[in-house]
Amino acid sequence: MIRHWFQSGKPWIWFTASAVSISLVLVFGLLVLIAVRGLGHFWPHQIYEFTYTDRTGATPVLIGEIHDEETVPAARLRDAGIAVEGEGLITRYLLKVGNRDVFGQDFRWVLEPKIADRRTPEEVVALERREWGNFYGFLQNVKQGDSVVAAGPEAWSALQPLLARATDLFAQIHHVEKSEIGSINYGLERLRLKQRRLELASVTDPAAYAELDRQRKALEEEYQALQGRLAELYGQINRDSMTLRVADGREITIPLAKVVRAYRPNAMTLLGKIGFYFSKVWEFLSDEPREANTEGGVFPAIFGTVSMVLIMSIMVVPFGVVAAVYLREYARQGPLTRLIRIAVNNLAGVPSIVYGVFGLGFFVYFLGGNIDQLFFPEALPAPTFGTPGLMWASLTLALLTLPVVIVATEEGLSRIPKAIREGSLALGATKAETLWRTVLPMASPAIMTGLILAIARAAGEVAPLMLVGVVKLAPTLPIDGDYPFVHLDRKFMHLGFHIYDVGFQSPNVEAARPLVYATALLLVVVIVVLNLAAIVIRNRLREKYRALEG
Amino acid sequence: MSSNETATHGIDIESLTRPRAQRRLSDEEASMEVKDLNLFYGQKQALHGINMLIPKQRVTAFIGPSGCGKSTLLRCLNRMNDLVDGTRIDGQVLLDGHDIYDKSVNVADLRRRVGMVFQKPNPFPKSIYENVAYGLRLQGVRDRHRIDQVVEKALKGAALWDEVKDRLQESALGLSGGQQQRLVIARAIAIEPEVLLLDEPASALDPISTLKIEELISELKDKYTIVIVTHNMQQAARVSDYTAFMYLGKLIEYDDTNRLFTNPREKQTEDYITGRYG
Repeated sequence: MIRHWFQSGKPWIWFTASAVSISLVLVFGLLVLIAVRGLGHFWPHQIYEFTYTDRTGATPVLIGEIHDEETVPAARLRDAGIAVEGEGLITRYLLKVGNRDVFGQDFRWVLEPKIADRRTPEEVVALERREWGNFYGFLQNVKQGDSVVAAGPEAWSALQPLLARATDLFAQIHHVEKSEIGSINYGLERLRLKQRRLELASVTDPAAYAELDRQRKALEEEYQALQGRLAELYGQINRDSMTLRVADGREITIPLAKVVRAYRPNAMTLLGKIGFYFSKVWEFLSDEPREANTEGGVFPAIFGTVSMVLIMSIMVVPFGVVAAVYLREYARQGPLTRLIRIAVNNLAGVPSIVYGVFGLGFFVYFLGGNIDQLFFPEALPAPTFGTPGLMWASLTLALLTLPVVIVATEEGLSRIPKAIREGSLALGATKAETLWRTVLPMASPAIMTGLILAIARAAGEVAPLMLVGVVKLAPTLPIDGDYPFVHLDRKFMHLGFHIYDVGFQSPNVEAARPLVYATALLLVVVIVVLNLAAIVIRNRLREKYRALEG
Repeated sequence: MSSNETATHGIDIESLTRPRAQRRLSDEEASMEVKDLNLFYGQKQALHGINMLIPKQRVTAFIGPSGCGKSTLLRCLNRMNDLVDGTRIDGQVLLDGHDIYDKSVNVADLRRRVGMVFQKPNPFPKSIYENVAYGLRLQGVRDRHRIDQVVEKALKGAALWDEVKDRLQESALGLSGGQQQRLVIARAIAIEPEVLLLDEPASALDPISTLKIEELISELKDKYTIVIVTHNMQQAARVSDYTAFMYLGKLIEYDDTNRLFTNPREKQTEDYITGRYG
């Protein structure tokens, strides 16, 4: 019976099909886990108020979000010196109590049986602050200067316009500090370098220096004006404050300038929560990180990842295609070519960190150092290209993915029918013309396949980037409004590195963990989008150069 | 040819008895001349001491069993064999009295003068228009008006114009096999070669398409010197003025088509055309 079943071949079908199913389940499980953990972070959670009995017998009131929960055997808790009754499992919650500046810790474990009373008061306020993490408390009053504007139940509605004003002022300050003063500093630095260049070239013409001085004066005047404006804005933003009562009854005064957003999650309607959720997601996608990357957004990292992949693509495709054309079309096919081909294939298997080391040694120190000597001597000893940056990172990844492009292109070239080449040659085309006009266009889908594989590999690569250009926090984007607009020498942020940094290097790992999931999901999405774009282009090309049938 | 055909051994008597101008090879003006041509693929010799004259504005057919070297000889006439690694040639092939294997010859120029059409239709994956314009664009012609004219003329010359004039911008890959083959011929004659080499041009086509190609060949010979390799002896008999019979890399007999089919001088030729081998 069993033998018959085996002979029928069915077990084989089951075996292979289950392998596929397991793979699918794993992949989907991974994505779902990341998505749930990451996307859940932005939802406004309920805030609980617990009356709790702690191990000293005191009964403090705790306010916070339930961040995590787990069940532990009572015996284990007793071993740890916690007095609990009974046997069996006990649930405990990880409560995010916030107020790190007041209590000294963000999180606290609470045992379920020790909670005497649990409430979700509607008026509890959660504040997202520019530093020190979240704050939970009850709003007492709102002050404008030293005078109380509103107290008690009216305070919440009185807070809204004042908070809107404060965030608006903050945006202005941010713009002045970051963009306008940043631009002036950049201009001053350029002037300093220009002057240095003149000195190095031994120019003695005083007119040249006078011109630089004039420009510098103009910039400095602008800077003074901005300083004045900034002082005025700071004066305005520091005007208002509010007072909140925290869980243990203390009253804390918080300046509105320090608040990003204030919300009352327990009082929110579903629609309100959805609106809040999307505004948080948008902040995550479009804003800069705050608080050592544990809050705010990841826009610079998205920007850095995408621009690095694009620059890499621009470099790797022409180079790889040219190399493949030589190998396949011009080189004599012999043992040497075979050896080169094997070597190229093996390069694809070299660990990426090795490429990082090579990039650091060759691109950054050797190439970059020489470029600095030749073209940017005025900036020395501060390096321009002789330091890790976007250019070298892209180049290192281009090198890393070169074998993939070469192999795919060669494959594509070898599949072009001989008849097509002969047809072109018979019309009086040279080999180069045939390649350029007919063979390469027909191989373009294969080239795109190579690029897709290259993007998939490069976008997720982190290790080599840490050596050749990625940083935890880049103050400026590699593309901005300052001449020459594209700054390939700048360091940049990257989603992959951001995950590592937030997850393992941040001061508050527990609070930042949901961001790790969210960033991971975003990295996956970015790679998928980049790949889909390439796949769409490839399919168009495929349709156009459909291989000859029959 | 299979030997199970009629007593006429597969030869269409009617086509042989159709009146033709009485011709003699020695009276013809030469377009190309092959002199003592030997060709080696590595160690193997594929052509042995070929001598022949390709007459101007006539159709010359190469026949012979598979592997006899007729395609190889054809590909010598526009140096397509250069593309095969390990090919070595001695002897001469003259085009208008100049050796095409001379070092000073530009192969691309030569192929512009000696065009070729292959066994399987090989249109480029471009539009019908761009296929025909390909040769002109290679020559650097930019004048849109002139290209339009040439494309139309070439397509008319290849008897394809009426079928495709409304869809010139569509992909050439959408045409039928027969149309594709005529497109390839149009592509070849668009650059006005002196000689047109046809390597079994109808072997991959259905009978009706084959007929059209044959009619086309008869029309084209007024302007071009045509050399055709064919497996099909009826076809050789129908379309050619002169026929060369090759066997094992040697040119066995080369004569007026009527004479070769009706009164072969060599025993081997007779054996072949009467279907004893092949």
